[in-house]
Amino acid sequence: MSALKQRIDSLLVEPGCATNHAKSDKARKEGCKKPLTPGAAAGGCAFDGAKIALQPVVDVAHLVHGPIACEGNSWDSRHVYSSGPQTYRTGFTTDMAEFDVIYGGEKRLYRAIKEIIEKVDPPAIFVYQTCLPAMIGDDVEGVCKAASERFGKPVIPVNAPGFAGSKNLGNKLGGEALLDHVVGTIEPDYTTDCDINLIGEYNVVGEFWQVKPLFDELGIRVLATFCGDARYRDIASSHRAKAAIMLCSQALINIARKMHERYDIPYFEGSFYGIADMSDCLRKISKLLVERGAPADLPARTEALIAREEARAWAKLERYKTRLKGKRVLLFTGGVKSWSVVSALQEVGMEIVGTSMRKSTQNDRAKVTEIMGTDAHMFDELPPREMYRMLKESKADVMLSGGRSQFVALKAKTPWVEINQERHHALAGYEGIVNLVAEIDKALYNPIWAQVREPAPWDIEEIELRGSAHHG
Amino acid sequence: MAEVIAGKKACTVNPLKMSAPIGAALAFLGMERALPLLHGSQGCTAFGLVLFVRHFRETIPLQTTAMSEVTTILGGLENVEQALLNIKKRADPALIGVCSTGITEAKGDDVAGFLKLIRDKHPELEGTEVVFAPTPDFVGGFSDGWARAVTAMIDALVPRTKVRTPWQVNILAGCHLTPGDVEEIRETVEAFGLRPIILPDLSGSLDGHIPETFLPHTLGGTRLEDVREMGSSALTIAIGEQMRPAAELLEKKTGVPLRVFDRLTGLAACDAFIALLADLSECEVPAKYRRQRSQLQDAMLDGHFYFGEQKVAIAAEPDLLFTLSHFFADMGATVTCAVAPQEAPVLARVASETVRIGDLGDFEQHAGGCDLLVTHSHGRQAAARLGIPFWRAGLPTFDRLGVAHKVSVGYRGTRDLVFEVGNVFMEQLHAHEQHITPSALHSAPPVDAPAGAGH
Repeated sequence: MSALKQRIDSLLVEPGCATNHAKSDKARKEGCKKPLTPGAAAGGCAFDGAKIALQPVVDVAHLVHGPIACEGNSWDSRHVYSSGPQTYRTGFTTDMAEFDVIYGGEKRLYRAIKEIIEKVDPPAIFVYQTCLPAMIGDDVEGVCKAASERFGKPVIPVNAPGFAGSKNLGNKLGGEALLDHVVGTIEPDYTTDCDINLIGEYNVVGEFWQVKPLFDELGIRVLATFCGDARYRDIASSHRAKAAIMLCSQALINIARKMHERYDIPYFEGSFYGIADMSDCLRKISKLLVERGAPADLPARTEALIAREEARAWAKLERYKTRLKGKRVLLFTGGVKSWSVVSALQEVGMEIVGTSMRKSTQNDRAKVTEIMGTDAHMFDELPPREMYRMLKESKADVMLSGGRSQFVALKAKTPWVEINQERHHALAGYEGIVNLVAEIDKALYNPIWAQVREPAPWDIEEIELRGSAHHG
Repeated sequence: MAEVIAGKKACTVNPLKMSAPIGAALAFLGMERALPLLHGSQGCTAFGLVLFVRHFRETIPLQTTAMSEVTTILGGLENVEQALLNIKKRADPALIGVCSTGITEAKGDDVAGFLKLIRDKHPELEGTEVVFAPTPDFVGGFSDGWARAVTAMIDALVPRTKVRTPWQVNILAGCHLTPGDVEEIRETVEAFGLRPIILPDLSGSLDGHIPETFLPHTLGGTRLEDVREMGSSALTIAIGEQMRPAAELLEKKTGVPLRVFDRLTGLAACDAFIALLADLSECEVPAKYRRQRSQLQDAMLDGHFYFGEQKVAIAAEPDLLFTLSHFFADMGATVTCAVAPQEAPVLARVASETVRIGDLGDFEQHAGGCDLLVTHSHGRQAAARLGIPFWRAGLPTFDRLGVAHKVSVGYRGTRDLVFEVGNVFMEQLHAHEQHITPSALHSAPPVDAPAGAGH
């Protein structure tokens, strides 16, 4: 059994995962491998997932070892922001050609690493393995090891070839690369009693900057973010944190659990989306930090901050309540946790007519059921055709989803708001939920909807003629 | 004649190139009731899908055989079989275009053989054509994949015939043409009383229209029954050198003579095209085109002040690079930096001293000192760093609206292109003028934000 296979098998029986806990022993041993259906599959591959998880490390050069498809077709497509270095936005790839397939791509990879060090000199290089070199047997780990030794610089292999599995698995394989090669390799300059890690926060369109001032005000220092706006050094010295928050469902649960085991960093699962969730996160982290030696007044200061921020957010949301009351939302997302958005939208009086639970855990399901009072509106899958039908039949006033289904909504002439990781609006924190509601309001009340839904004059005549023929 | 310089780097920096399989997939998307199927891991499809959705702002039907590590090693027969059956059941398309990828080609999957076996075994696939385009990711690039798919369709779908229909013309459209360009070409050909069969026809499928219902395959595009009639046309007009092999295959199969137009942008090129249509149809050139020709002449007169001696850097797919380089040369500008993502015979004829096979890293390195950058949206980072005005051309253009409707072929298209690019030059002229005031001469001029550059 290959090392990669073993690694994948261990990730598929993740003990920290609530879904796994809920399974019988036998089912748990089988793992959560979901075979993909040829001709009816959608979604990214493991390489895609690894890249999503790690590319937000902004000062590192991300080098994709593979043919042009893997990087050439996909680079520069995610809006994760950096407060400093821009190295992560450069697309590096070995662009393997026929010659490399026949003779192996290891030499080209080594030379590529050398070129990057000579030209860019980043603090580290992440090398992503892809299907083709994995299949022809390129030893990426070996090349990275040799390059690290030769150039005296961390060259980190990320072994997540696309055909290993889904995007979600790829997130975790990306996390494994950090655990194996980066975390714990550098000591921080200093530590405090309030150092935390954020796991699964990517700083999409800079949204973490809406949350960071809250931590700053409380004196909580974010030692490392996995991996939004992160520096290599942050991740490498993250093992000295006192506590961690695991965000983004369970994309990087393996990092949270293993850092708990190895470095005794307790964690909890939280979310920055929605007022209640944001407050809950702040409460839990301050409580956890006090247990770990933080000043005893932290919870009280946290409560004061929460009270102030919640009041401010509610005041901002007030103007939307009459405008959005009773508006029906179809929520279709995997990344941003469904239940936290569900509760937030209900807070302003919107009605949820459906929500997808594709990437959600049993816990999430229970929470959604609790919030909505029923599980009748949960979808595991909603094929585009079905989604279109719902919208066309006016079963919802607005759809919230990822970019891929944007045009299903628009073709059904239905307002649409983007909420997944390619989005252009910062949705995190107290500010974020106000932004989301403002975006929904802006979409719903745009004057185009009435115009584009109006049939052409000659079609109206036809409809009327048909109508009168029926009556006659 | 341009000297073509091959790249020597091991590491591509900021790719200009895209892969052959998605080029082939886009060609299949120009067919009516079609669904392209990439034979590879699901990421191959997902990346292509996202790329096209961002560029066209449309739903894109695109499927995958979802190969895993194990099925790759064992061979993909079963995955191809299952994919075809699932697609047939769910979408019932008229055409499934199968494109191979890097792993399935390196493994050596005999897809053509698979398809024979699957066809024999499953009569329920009746009514759906399946065409295979071999497109390993590690050979060539986007336009090569497109050309492969068109050649494969001609090979598989056009029967040999001796019938001739004198008013029928084949148009083989290269991947550098927008849906708007294709529409313009169709209207022009039809204006001469000729019947064009356009392959592939993105103007029907990806022109941004609203269908009445949701379809899991393309709506609009070249109809299969029209492809089958291509053998009886009077002439094949190939637009772009990339279409030459497909036109030659068609000639070999059916005897339809061919004429390759390496571009349809620019006065002389348009003249040749219109004259050919007049000849073929034995019609007078309609007044409309005489008028448009005059408008283009006028646009060139008005615009040449702003193009003269401007230095331009272009990075684009080979036929687009060829077209744009000659457009700029025709207007008096000089292409001082030309970069193509992959080799192509047409590159030797690009209007520039040299053409580099390379990436946007090379582009950025050699474009310094130019007055204008021309490439697809990925050039935005280089434009921001260099502080040079940036005019977007090619796929993907994900940060501008209406890219499908941009027209740069024909008299009218060339006229509008002169205006659009001329305006970019003119804006710079005005931006500089503002700084040449007596006070500005004594203090440091403010740093000017590059027009059109940015996030």
